[in-house]
Amino acid sequence: MVKRFGEFAAVDDVTFDVPTGSFFSILGPSGCGKTTLLRMIAGFDEPTSGTIEIRGQNMLGVPPNKRPVNLVFQHLALFPMMDVAENIAFGLKRRGIAASEARKRVDTMLERVGLPGYGEKRIEQLSGGQKQRVAIARCLVLEPSVLLLDEPLGALDLKLREQMKVELKKLQAKVGTTFIYITHDQSEALVMSDRVAVMNKGRFEQVGTPQELYGAPSTPFVAKFVGENNTWKAAVTKSDSGGVELKTDEGYSFIAKANADCREGSRMDLFLRPEAMRIEPRDRAGLNVFDVTVKSILFDGANSRLLTTTREDHELLVTLPQNRRFDHIVPGDEISVGWHPDSGICFEAEE
Amino acid sequence: MKRIVVFALLAMFVLAGTARAETLKILTWKGYAPQKLIDAFEKETGIDVEVTFSNNEEMIAKLRATRGAGFDLAQPSQDRISSVQEKYNLYQPLDYSRIDSALFIPSMLEAVKKNTKVSGKSFAVPFCWGTSGLIVNSDKAPGADSFKALIDSKYKGRVSYRLKRPTLIAMGFALGYNPFDLYDDPKAYKAMLDKIADTLIEAKPIVKNYWANGDSLLESMRSEEVFVAMAWDAGGWKLHADNKAIDFKAPKEGALGWIDTFTIPSKAENVDAAYKWINFIMKPENAGYFSSQEKYATASKGALKYTDKEVAANFDRSFPQETIDNINWYPPVPANLERMEGMVLDKIKAAQ
Amino acid sequence: MQRSRLVFWIFCAPVLCWLFLLIVLPHLDLLRMSFRGENDYGDMVWTFRNYKTFFTEPIYWLTFVRTALYAVITTFITFLLAMPVSFYIAKLARARIQGALVILLLLPFWVSELVRIYGWMILLRESGVLNFFMLKLGIVDTPIEMLYNDATMIMGLVYTSMLFMVVPLVSVMESLDDSLIEAAHDLGAGQFTIWRTIILPHCKPGITSGSIVVFMLTLGNYLTPNLMGGKNSLWFTEQIYNQFIASFNWNQGSAFGFLLLLLSSFIIWLGLRLTRQKLDEVAS
Repeated sequence: MVKRFGEFAAVDDVTFDVPTGSFFSILGPSGCGKTTLLRMIAGFDEPTSGTIEIRGQNMLGVPPNKRPVNLVFQHLALFPMMDVAENIAFGLKRRGIAASEARKRVDTMLERVGLPGYGEKRIEQLSGGQKQRVAIARCLVLEPSVLLLDEPLGALDLKLREQMKVELKKLQAKVGTTFIYITHDQSEALVMSDRVAVMNKGRFEQVGTPQELYGAPSTPFVAKFVGENNTWKAAVTKSDSGGVELKTDEGYSFIAKANADCREGSRMDLFLRPEAMRIEPRDRAGLNVFDVTVKSILFDGANSRLLTTTREDHELLVTLPQNRRFDHIVPGDEISVGWHPDSGICFEAEE
Repeated sequence: MKRIVVFALLAMFVLAGTARAETLKILTWKGYAPQKLIDAFEKETGIDVEVTFSNNEEMIAKLRATRGAGFDLAQPSQDRISSVQEKYNLYQPLDYSRIDSALFIPSMLEAVKKNTKVSGKSFAVPFCWGTSGLIVNSDKAPGADSFKALIDSKYKGRVSYRLKRPTLIAMGFALGYNPFDLYDDPKAYKAMLDKIADTLIEAKPIVKNYWANGDSLLESMRSEEVFVAMAWDAGGWKLHADNKAIDFKAPKEGALGWIDTFTIPSKAENVDAAYKWINFIMKPENAGYFSSQEKYATASKGALKYTDKEVAANFDRSFPQETIDNINWYPPVPANLERMEGMVLDKIKAAQ
Repeated sequence: MQRSRLVFWIFCAPVLCWLFLLIVLPHLDLLRMSFRGENDYGDMVWTFRNYKTFFTEPIYWLTFVRTALYAVITTFITFLLAMPVSFYIAKLARARIQGALVILLLLPFWVSELVRIYGWMILLRESGVLNFFMLKLGIVDTPIEMLYNDATMIMGLVYTSMLFMVVPLVSVMESLDDSLIEAAHDLGAGQFTIWRTIILPHCKPGITSGSIVVFMLTLGNYLTPNLMGGKNSLWFTEQIYNQFIASFNWNQGSAFGFLLLLLSSFIIWLGLRLTRQKLDEVAS
């Protein structure tokens, strides 16, 4: 699929396939073209070239109101002039479903999203999370082949967002509808999705399960965008089938797994996740070990980390497991960290 | 704070200063105070002249609203003075000693004095006179010589008249009444009005529109959208200058003659200037200039000498002696007649 | 504090004086006058006769009914025309064109109503511009008189009222979230349903305030019906004018004036009731 606005290609030659009944996310920074992609699937925009098929049916030229696809808008777009039940029944009414039947389906749907008896409420009486559920119910009641969600959690506060992530996932599992979810928040995408596409500058960088994206990013962009990473700049000193030997600009020698063909002497970017670094490893065999100084402790419960620097002032984040073993560490301490060659990922350096 | 007060006081002084210059406020018809004469008057006397254009009904309404204040001189028709004066006391009696009576045609001056007399005092002097009759495009409507032409289906869609009292009077004559004789007999007058209303309602498909603005009527006649209209003689003569086929025609029932006057409102502020204006404009050369411009004859003795030949020729052409003798001059309108007529006029306009 | 209040009164005083002297006082005087009338002996007495006349003389109340009816029709046509225009200005036009379009709507109001109507008359009259071109192009054989009928009059009234409907509509439409329209479209609604279920309900306050203004302006118009409507179009305001000016019956005229005020307020109240709205909602 390609979508151009004048010279600018908002969606540049993207091809993908979403299995029926799965939760598919498109993850990318704002302006990457993901909304345009979604709007093309919904039918608000037509692709410049390429085609969209839903359940084997070509969707080109089919207007949004005729597509078996529904969209949950970023700001939900609930109709303020109607109450909750009328909002949910809106699509049913358009299909000419009898009022009594519609009523029944609305009630069932309200129950399913956990809002039984809310039909008479006005939209402005609902909380953010309730609105969210009404917006989803309004689409699901139509039993679409695909439900599109355009960053619907963006407006919620953190706690609610965490909660809704789980709920959405559960809901999707319950109804079995195909969800296509776009977001710029990697945690939303990773938590909920069966598969995630990482999008950048109108192109898909990588499509895969959350685990694949996290564990084996196939491009530097994915490595940087999905999860956190420490970066080293290095040159290849030795390369064979098992791995590469690198010398970082600071002078450390590491052994790492090669993701691209690395000729000797070529420049590399080495990515290293905070949790890949073990503090004071007991078994140092086969690990890349070096010393760092603790600058500060970034305490965040299960997600706590240490901010450290090497002697050359290279900043590194190191996961601090909350198993009481490292409670003695205070800022200023010198500690050694080590990582396994398999957890370091390197790409050819970007210009 | 102090500054505001000072400023306000200053502003008041300035305003008072401008108001001090002597002005003469005239309430009159369009064209009755030509700019050239105003300039000459201002030069001669140093008095500024402010002119407000109006018509009989609005003149009375305006003066009634202020109970005779706001203007120094008004120019209603002579038949619309005495009843209004009796009821609302809008004017002050004229001091005829301050008017140069030698300037006037004596018979007209006397007639106006007589017609505007209320409890022994007279309220007006004549200024100019004219008639209402027909303006006919003789190429298109050669036979139109009676007010009946206005309701003649021969001229369907080519007729125009005002929906005002002169039309009712004209229709009265056309239907064989003498409305002026019925002025003192409200019942008979009402019966005549009803008959006229029926006639005019029936004739609605014939009339193109009821004109309200003299200039736009003349435009419709000039563009030959309208062939027969009831209007003032001067209008017909203006058109005649451009198109010889169009001319004023006194209908055989007799043209309706009116005299417009000078009156001084009861609360006039600058009475002296009002008298000065009367004596100024009635001078033969000034009155003659007015006649040449507006085509109306004045009550000024000897003004004809100063009137353009062409304009003078209009009178000869349209008013041979027997036509003049046939003119029905408006007598003073008794009170409450207008109310009766107003109702009839509304009825005609509302009818579908 | 003291000082600011003094300043407040100094600035307000002219406005209050203005309101009182030019609006309240004359109305009170008119109200008094409307209850005065001559008895059989020609003396002025207190009476309800002026009001009674309105209801007993068919010509008066019929004229009012006709006027009100035409005002309603005009309001409705204005609304029908203003709706797409406003939608275009508020939603479809680009920002730069938007301003230009509003100015364009405003432009006719830079000349007086009288001039505007004469403009129409020059255009539409038998020997007018439109007929000239139609004759030239061979569309008609003989010129047609397009003035002096109800259709032309309503067109003139609609033309005069357009702006007062478009401005409130544009402002409510600008507050309409585009995604609501897209959401409705996405949920299966066609163009017509979107207008009926989303756009119209959203614009209701704007429609109501625009309609009230247009209705009142049309009902109170004098020049357009008189000049463009011609011989068959007695408008109620003209009747008031005639009572004051032609019949010298100020008492009757005042009574008509107050009846116009009361009856038009009643019609608006009725309209609000029928559409289940409150005036303060509309005003906000």
